[in-house]
Amino acid sequence: MIELELQIERPEMTVQAQMAVPAHGVTAVIGRSGAGKSTLLHALAGLLKPTRGRITLAGRTLFDAAQRIDVPPHRRDFGVVFQEGRLFPHLSVRGNLNYGAHLAAEREGPAFDDVVQLLGIESLLARRPHTLSGGERQRVAIGRALLCRPRALLMDEPLASLDPPRRHELLGYLAELPRRYRLPLLYVTHQIDEVLRLADQVVVMSEGRTVAAGPALAILSDLSLQPLVGRFEAGSVLAGHVVEQLDDWQLTRVDVAGQRITVPHLALPLNAGVRLRIRARDVALQRELQRTSASNQLAGTLTRVLERDGPYCAVELSLGGQVDGATLWALVTRRSLHSLGLAPGQRCVACFKAVAVEGRSVAQFEDEAAR
Amino acid sequence: MSEIEREALLLSLQVASGAVVLALPVALALAWALARGRFHGKALLEAIVNLPLVLPPVVIGYALLVTFGRQGPLGRWLYDTLGLQFVFTFRGAVLAAAVMALPLMVRAIRQALEAVDAGLEAAARTLGATRARVFASITLPLMAPGLLSGAVLGFAASLGEFGATITFVSNVPGQTQTLPLAIYSALQQPGGDTAAARLVLWAMLLALAALALAQWCHRRVQRWLGQVA
Repeated sequence: MIELELQIERPEMTVQAQMAVPAHGVTAVIGRSGAGKSTLLHALAGLLKPTRGRITLAGRTLFDAAQRIDVPPHRRDFGVVFQEGRLFPHLSVRGNLNYGAHLAAEREGPAFDDVVQLLGIESLLARRPHTLSGGERQRVAIGRALLCRPRALLMDEPLASLDPPRRHELLGYLAELPRRYRLPLLYVTHQIDEVLRLADQVVVMSEGRTVAAGPALAILSDLSLQPLVGRFEAGSVLAGHVVEQLDDWQLTRVDVAGQRITVPHLALPLNAGVRLRIRARDVALQRELQRTSASNQLAGTLTRVLERDGPYCAVELSLGGQVDGATLWALVTRRSLHSLGLAPGQRCVACFKAVAVEGRSVAQFEDEAAR
Repeated sequence: MSEIEREALLLSLQVASGAVVLALPVALALAWALARGRFHGKALLEAIVNLPLVLPPVVIGYALLVTFGRQGPLGRWLYDTLGLQFVFTFRGAVLAAAVMALPLMVRAIRQALEAVDAGLEAAARTLGATRARVFASITLPLMAPGLLSGAVLGFAASLGEFGATITFVSNVPGQTQTLPLAIYSALQQPGGDTAAARLVLWAMLLALAALALAQWCHRRVQRWLGQVA
């Protein structure tokens, strides 16, 4: 568990942050570039000195301005992975991995062989950083951070410099880590697919402040936060699991809150947990089930209507089922809503095409709490 | 090779090596203070370090004489307590060469230090290394090319040092008579042109050899750091 309450003065802005990172799982810090995410992470690691506030890690005070406590970075027990990897160019991959490991030899923690095998870097051990690809470098950087046997991992957009296939590959490794080593991971990013794939909790930062925090699905489906979050369009995130592969049609059926959603084929086994992100603009509303080419029709209860710019309004549907808070947003014109005669409390059907859930809008995610 | 040539050549090598060994730690400390330090009087320190570059060497030699001579404040103390004499000695020649070479070495090392990626040092801190350990295991190796070129520059400058040396420690064969001083002496004697020309040839050969060695070392270090594919 990391708890912090900080004020950091920087020439370009003032960061005021307050958050609690649970002892297990992944907490994603999201927000536009320049929102203060990296600054916060550097302050946690002890590389920047806040002007006010305190930081505790598992009950141990790392920083307290009032009590003049400022534990130096080398004794904070964080494993940090930076955007650019920051491998030491004069050391081999093995030398890099061992740099912190030697200093942490007495502590309990991940073993060298185990980490090397998990990250698939056995064949790179004798090589120098400049001969590695971007993805290989980041895997080594992750291994190096793990091998210093930290109490928590901090990652600052570790995939930002990678091309899409590499990012996808590394996301798989990253998703393994927190569960395997029982470490909390604070993960700074502004990529929605990384959040979908990794995050249990989400903290939103905007203009130097932490403005919201909570379970990933709730935060990601909160339309009011989305202008603060950045480049991706407003929408909702649903959690479900694979129930059927329609191989002949190259489609996969996913159970969400007891209802079925059909999406383009996912290379996942039956029962695999998934998160689906559906943009509000891709969702249409109707009063009842109809025959249309839109494969997905989900019944729900209209819970609220938010006025948006222009002729639009955003309509929130509660899908019910066992999963709490499974909600779906639809962006429709006020005129459509008026002609359908829909009002909060009424049942209706949301529909969208399978193609709306493709590529970066789908991620595997095993939610242990939900099972 | 005549006895005088051999003596001057060997002495030049010894003085230059001694000057580099003496000046390198000082230059490193000064470069660190100027590149990383935050203190009042930094500009003054920088100006003092650079004095030998802008003052006539004779003035530096004179200043050394005043300070380290038997009657000088520091010179008397050193002689009385440690028995160290500088004037007219090899030791003094090394000191003069070191002082003259210092600004060049500080400059080269400082540039190298400023080029070291602070992000790598920060990463090392998060991996559990103390400041001292980071310096020894990350900063120093990464600035090795700069240290090397600083040493080479200092060595070359020491080989050519003349004004401060002759003012401070005079021109004593076997003690302070390095190649440039030997050339000067030869030219002062009637019919010494041939002897001077031979010494000039040796000076040139020595300089070329030093440069070639430096380049070879530099390439090795760069390859080791992975900066050249």
